[in-house]
Amino acid sequence: MNTTGFRELEQAPPRMSSLFDGELLEISMGPQHPSTHGVFRMNVALDGEVVRKLKPVFGYLHRNHEKIGENTSYLGSMPYTDRLDYFCSMTNNWAYALSVEKLAGIEVPERAEYLRVILAELTRLVNHTSLLGFLLSDMGAWGTPLMYAFREREKVLDLFEALSGSRMMCDYMRFGGCRCDLPPGWMERARRIVDGFPRFLDEFEKLITSNEILIARTQEVGKLSAELAISAGITGPGLRASGVNYDVRKVDGYGIYPRFKFRVPLGEQGDVYDRLMMRVLELRESLGILHQAMDALPEGPIQNPKVKIRAFKPPVGEAYGRIEGPKGELGFYLISDGTGSPYRYRVRPPSFINLTILEDMCLGHTVADVMVILGSIDIVLGEVDR
Amino acid sequence: MVSLEEIKARAEQAVSGAQLEIISNPGPANQSSLLLDHDHALAVARFLRDDPTLRLDFCSNATGVDWLDRTVKKKVKVKKLIEGEEKEVEETQEEFFPGYLEAIYHLYSMAQKHGPVVVRLRTPDRAQDARLPSLTPVWRSAEFQEREIYDLYGIHFEGHPDLRRILMWDEFIDFPMRKDYREPDDYEYEPTPHDDILEKAKQHYPPRPPLDGAEQITA
Repeated sequence: MNTTGFRELEQAPPRMSSLFDGELLEISMGPQHPSTHGVFRMNVALDGEVVRKLKPVFGYLHRNHEKIGENTSYLGSMPYTDRLDYFCSMTNNWAYALSVEKLAGIEVPERAEYLRVILAELTRLVNHTSLLGFLLSDMGAWGTPLMYAFREREKVLDLFEALSGSRMMCDYMRFGGCRCDLPPGWMERARRIVDGFPRFLDEFEKLITSNEILIARTQEVGKLSAELAISAGITGPGLRASGVNYDVRKVDGYGIYPRFKFRVPLGEQGDVYDRLMMRVLELRESLGILHQAMDALPEGPIQNPKVKIRAFKPPVGEAYGRIEGPKGELGFYLISDGTGSPYRYRVRPPSFINLTILEDMCLGHTVADVMVILGSIDIVLGEVDR
Repeated sequence: MVSLEEIKARAEQAVSGAQLEIISNPGPANQSSLLLDHDHALAVARFLRDDPTLRLDFCSNATGVDWLDRTVKKKVKVKKLIEGEEKEVEETQEEFFPGYLEAIYHLYSMAQKHGPVVVRLRTPDRAQDARLPSLTPVWRSAEFQEREIYDLYGIHFEGHPDLRRILMWDEFIDFPMRKDYREPDDYEYEPTPHDDILEKAKQHYPPRPPLDGAEQITA
């Protein structure tokens, strides 16, 4: 404090400056922010408009899914896995079924394996198209791209409804197979949708790839190095955008994926643009897998008859099974003590772990970029909070 | 992929003093695991990550398990003197196993594309402030997952950069994933308590002060 009056003032004339100079302004973004894709909060410390610190806060949707899983039967958790990542219930079902099958050593019939691949890839279409729409919406392209994307998503959801009775909460897979066979005419409908999909993709890609605003908003934003991505356990398109060739479908070859020919698209820069384009390229590969699986779908049973799915009691032991979900590696870790409910039921949620590096990616960028970076990670709060 | 026995032998050779133990998994999944000791856990983890043939650079899953105290009853034949005669008698003996908390890490290699190698850490008991060394300095992906284990199981990870609750709110006191967790007998969120809940609520809260006659006013 200057208590002596004029003398010091003469020596050092006051600068034109704000009271808050050099101080960080702490603001809380969310949990009701429209771009946080649910109830997700970020404590952000800002220097002007630039992010200097960012701490994600979540758990608003926490219902202790794992505890509920430990208190119910093995089959009882199956419909509840739909609610983890509510965009991709089919892949959630598959990951859980795969882990239980590993735990108990169950074989799956051929036709069921093909159905699983078809449905998982359809789920990837649903997830990636809606992500593209949401991400553009985050960038300010309100309405139109999202509606274009949702139009396509809706067609696939109609397929899910025709098959399982529900658009989003499908509860379709069972240990050792699937719940029901295809209704008549389903395959023709699915083929029409898959055949028509490239038209939408071409149109959408034209809409976004050469768009100047989109390029300005996404290139060189939220860069993620391959080393950090590996160490932080980032999986899915976010990892591959940084140039790491790691796809569980190729590495583990679970199900019947080794039979299909598909490529794993890789990015170079690891910025938001790469992550966005990764989804577009993966959509095209998924369409290829869908064509191959639909052509080769055999006749036969869809459920292993030896498995008692209702009074299901696997032998004592533990198993960790994982699949390549649309958002990344989705794993289930189960410990059985020989009773009808798991002793430990753990979900390895990809979006939860992909959030680990949110702060690293946002530092030095503006607030407006934070939303785009968060959107490109692709989180679903039902899975993050569990 | 080298066998778990070989990994154990090489890790013990690379990190002097490390004591590892193979925990076998009886199920069909056949994923046995490696139990690390606390003092050398970080060094062994670094070895697993950096060893050129293992290169387990990707910690996929980290989670906790709560194992309660348990007594196993065994029937043992014991020789005893009964009425001057030595006879073999069946007796049930109880063996006590103290409970512990466990942290489990599933490691994969993105460089070599193999895995999983399962690594375990065990606390000596189920105390409120059970401690384990944090593996976040080795694998960044354990950061949020160890926070989650701390939040739900109450294992304190020493060396973790930012150990706070992550899913529950900060003021929460218990650890809900522990097997002996009981929901708080707190019914303040029940808007209109009735039947059993009303009876329980009465035990926990003082009777409400009488209203000022307003309840007698009817339309």
